[in-house]
Amino acid sequence: MKPAAFAYHAPRSLDEALALLAEHADEGRLLAGGQSLVPAMNFRLARPAVLIDINRIAALDFLGEADGWLRIGALTRHLAFERPVAAGPLATLLPQVAWHVAHLPIRVRGTFAGSLAHADPAAEWSLVAATLAAEIVALSRAGERTLPADGFFRTAFTTALRPDELIAEVRLPLLGEDWRCGFAEFSRRKGDFALAMALAAVRLEDERIAAARLGVGGVEHRPRRIEAAEALLLGESARPEVLAAAADAVAAALEPVEDIHASAEYRRDLARVMARRALEGALA
Amino acid sequence: MSWIGRPIPRLEDPALLTGQGRFVADTAQGAAAVRFVRSPVARGRILGIDVPNDLPAGVRVITAADLADVRPIRPLLHRPDYVAIGQPALAATCVRHVGEPVAAVVAPGAAQAEDVAELVFVEIEPEEAVADLDLALAAGAPQVHAEAPGNLLIDGRLATEGFDAAVAAAAHLVEIEVCSRRQSAMPLEARAAHASFERATGRVTLTCSVQMPHMLRTAIADHLGMRESDLRVVAPDVGGAFGQKMSLFPEYLVLVWLARRLRGAVAWIEDRRENLTASAHGRDQRHRVRGAFAADGRLLALEGDLRCNVGAYSSYPVTCGVEPLMALAELPGPYDVRHYRARARGVATNTCMMAPYRGVSRPVITLAMERLMDCAADRLGLDPVELRRRNLVRAFPYRSATGLLFDEGSYLDCLERAAATVDLPAFRARQAAARAAGRFLGVGFCVFSERTGYGTPAFAARGMEIAPGYERVEIAMDPSGNLEARIGASPHGQGLATTLAQLIADELGVEPAQIRIAHGDTDRTPYGWGTFASRSLVIAGGACKLAAAALRDRLARLAGHLLEADPGDVEFADGRARVRGTDLSIELATLARQAYHQSHRFGDAHDPYLAAHATYDPAGTFSNATHAAIVEVDPETGHVAIERFLVVEDAGVLINPMIADGQVHGGVAQGIAHALFEEIVYDDEGNILTASLADYLPPTCAEIPPIEVQHLVTESDATLTRAKGLGEGGAIGAPAAVLNAIADALKPFGVGVFEMPATPQRLRALIRTAQAGEVP
Repeated sequence: MKPAAFAYHAPRSLDEALALLAEHADEGRLLAGGQSLVPAMNFRLARPAVLIDINRIAALDFLGEADGWLRIGALTRHLAFERPVAAGPLATLLPQVAWHVAHLPIRVRGTFAGSLAHADPAAEWSLVAATLAAEIVALSRAGERTLPADGFFRTAFTTALRPDELIAEVRLPLLGEDWRCGFAEFSRRKGDFALAMALAAVRLEDERIAAARLGVGGVEHRPRRIEAAEALLLGESARPEVLAAAADAVAAALEPVEDIHASAEYRRDLARVMARRALEGALA
Repeated sequence: MSWIGRPIPRLEDPALLTGQGRFVADTAQGAAAVRFVRSPVARGRILGIDVPNDLPAGVRVITAADLADVRPIRPLLHRPDYVAIGQPALAATCVRHVGEPVAAVVAPGAAQAEDVAELVFVEIEPEEAVADLDLALAAGAPQVHAEAPGNLLIDGRLATEGFDAAVAAAAHLVEIEVCSRRQSAMPLEARAAHASFERATGRVTLTCSVQMPHMLRTAIADHLGMRESDLRVVAPDVGGAFGQKMSLFPEYLVLVWLARRLRGAVAWIEDRRENLTASAHGRDQRHRVRGAFAADGRLLALEGDLRCNVGAYSSYPVTCGVEPLMALAELPGPYDVRHYRARARGVATNTCMMAPYRGVSRPVITLAMERLMDCAADRLGLDPVELRRRNLVRAFPYRSATGLLFDEGSYLDCLERAAATVDLPAFRARQAAARAAGRFLGVGFCVFSERTGYGTPAFAARGMEIAPGYERVEIAMDPSGNLEARIGASPHGQGLATTLAQLIADELGVEPAQIRIAHGDTDRTPYGWGTFASRSLVIAGGACKLAAAALRDRLARLAGHLLEADPGDVEFADGRARVRGTDLSIELATLARQAYHQSHRFGDAHDPYLAAHATYDPAGTFSNATHAAIVEVDPETGHVAIERFLVVEDAGVLINPMIADGQVHGGVAQGIAHALFEEIVYDDEGNILTASLADYLPPTCAEIPPIEVQHLVTESDATLTRAKGLGEGGAIGAPAAVLNAIADALKPFGVGVFEMPATPQRLRALIRTAQAGEVP
């Protein structure tokens, strides 16, 4: 339970960090909260030769609304989301989701952006980013790229980030007051990674669903929206049979992974139930 | 005023709660670090061990070839149905489970030891392994030990006369099979040891996270061929044990061997992966039980086929017989059944060895009996409480079909109290209303007896080569009038330093804070058996009472001499010796000072050393309890929420009710873990799939409901203090209560719940299958 030897850098500026990252792109890893990386290093499942600790870079520590986005700096901890940080539906959604993210000591240290970069298929913030069409601002010495969440998560623990890039910021679109959100998760214990979870965001016009986003995480190798289910909702009222049909469409669209805690069949069951409950939560 | 019965705060807690506790890792600073190289395969032949030949300075690698003079661990039972098997300190020719130690690396630091351990290449030719209990019993299964054909390490049988006739006379036969998946005791502190060689004397001090320090000293001396007086074993603060720390482990032999060979200090602080993989497991059992019931519900005969997966080796000193033989002797539990036939097998597999874990077999045999009772109640159309009422032991002393003697208890009273407290009729109404609304509530009861505080005869009856049981206590008063009691028991979280002080305080009329309990150091304490099997308060407590009374008699004679009174008239209270009916008294501090420093005043027969000792070795006592759980099951996810958990228990006189409640709470939490969460999983090749806390899931405080505890007090004369043990009961009763409640909740689906942990995945699978047939 002791990590293999590594070199440690603690740059104080973004330029310095990007230079180190460029230099050690292949064998270096960024350290923000370290809540996934450090245990993996102690198990020697991860053996970075170089750690670049970005915690001292003040420019990465911000959180606030601007231009229709919630802008989340790379050093924003999970804990920050336990209280409302944005207007509109996100004000209630983000605290609800944050409550499911691990345990308090982990929420104190772990970061939102680090969770996306780590890309655990069952991480709550990845599902939020994928479902709500977040933008990920990636920085390297070569410049800045803005990556849509759609396509960012390639597969488990793999993203569209290049080895010399860091996530400087994640932007969540602020939803209008006419949007309503629901989130449901099933895990073995409070704070565990999800065996299945779903996030629903819908916009109602005249009692009918005018726009719908329905994402599922913890079931496949990456979180994603299920467009086939979203399509079934459009133009419908929030009748139980409509929600059930959408949930069935979710279950049918998934190719669940298996592990000792959940067979594919069980994960599919859970995804169906979580999707329906997320929709019920949004439309209640 | 008596200290017995008062919930005083634990004397141990200020140090523990302010970070002043001292655990093995705190003592190990400066010692060389030891890292074990462990087998990555479940079964195979060792072809070679390749050690890098350019090891850094201060680094050594030890293999079995270095340990030729170390005896294999080979515990014995004197029974014809037991097969003794040996466990090497380091595997030499073959490996038998994943995690078995093969080599030891010694390095100046822990990280470096891990670096080197990765470079030690053990070439193993893998062979077909067997991890599953029933697969190991099947014809043609791989043989874990050549000397144990059919992988049978123990095969115990019992049958009462007239069994077949009793079954033939029965109106109903009810048969079930229950399955308990494997568990780890999961102490917060894993195993740890620090062995330090003293050059001046040639002695080794082993500071070790252990429950039975004296036993460990004997065992290590025996296996290394050293004089026992050359070894001191110290158990400092121990961060939980639950049975996992009462066996001789190969790692400890290697540590002491290394300290002597290197003439220095070495330490091994086990990590969680090692602990989950290679320390000890328990509860991997399957039991088929059949009850023969009369038309009125009386249990006429009970039959059991009890199978325990005991892993690759036999734990020393209790042996691999501890689970199967306990199951064999105690299956009937608190029920008055006169005809009994059972077979109990301990089965070797290529998995980590079994060792005792809080309750040992009783959580699983209790599950078997209590599920049987509920299933029988269903069959007979009786309320489950009523069926139990008709079968519980009522007259004491009661001699069971397996020969156990039950002292007075309150089996029926606990059940009635529990049923009344949950208000069964009101619950049934609420349950019906909830079902109509698509919600599934259930109630489950579990009645059990807990055999505690048993001494030497009980262990000897198992045929143990090493038969534990008695405890000795030595009490001394120093010249300041304060006391020290040195005990052979070895508490590690039970609060025994507080409860024993309460007992002694009452005998001598002093305050508990004046009494220091010395334990966990073989140089300081009399030979004893340590703390396990819900024994220490009963046995060490009884010895404390005897020793304190003997010291009181001596003090009475001295006080009588100084106060010119009959010693029989001297009584002790508030730190003074008083002559009854007079205003004559003397402070104990003054008396002690006189005894030591003015010894010439007491005549030639006076021994200035104010000390007394006593040994206590009782036959044992049964405490009893009823647990009741109310749960809600979400049929869509299989999730179980425990809405209410009630314990009504009787452990006789409670010395410290707060500590008693704490024991119940902790045990129930582990029982709920067993029922719903924790499971060690092996694949078919014997690879362990739950080697970290990402996959092995102890519940957190979020999963454990408030636990209500009610105490009844039966004053049995089976123990000197009239206290009974209660350390294991929480873990014994909770699983069956929870599973019975789940089964009750899921009755509309027509599914049987017989496996634990009853994970959401398993429950959902049962429900899914049932729903595929018909919608409830």
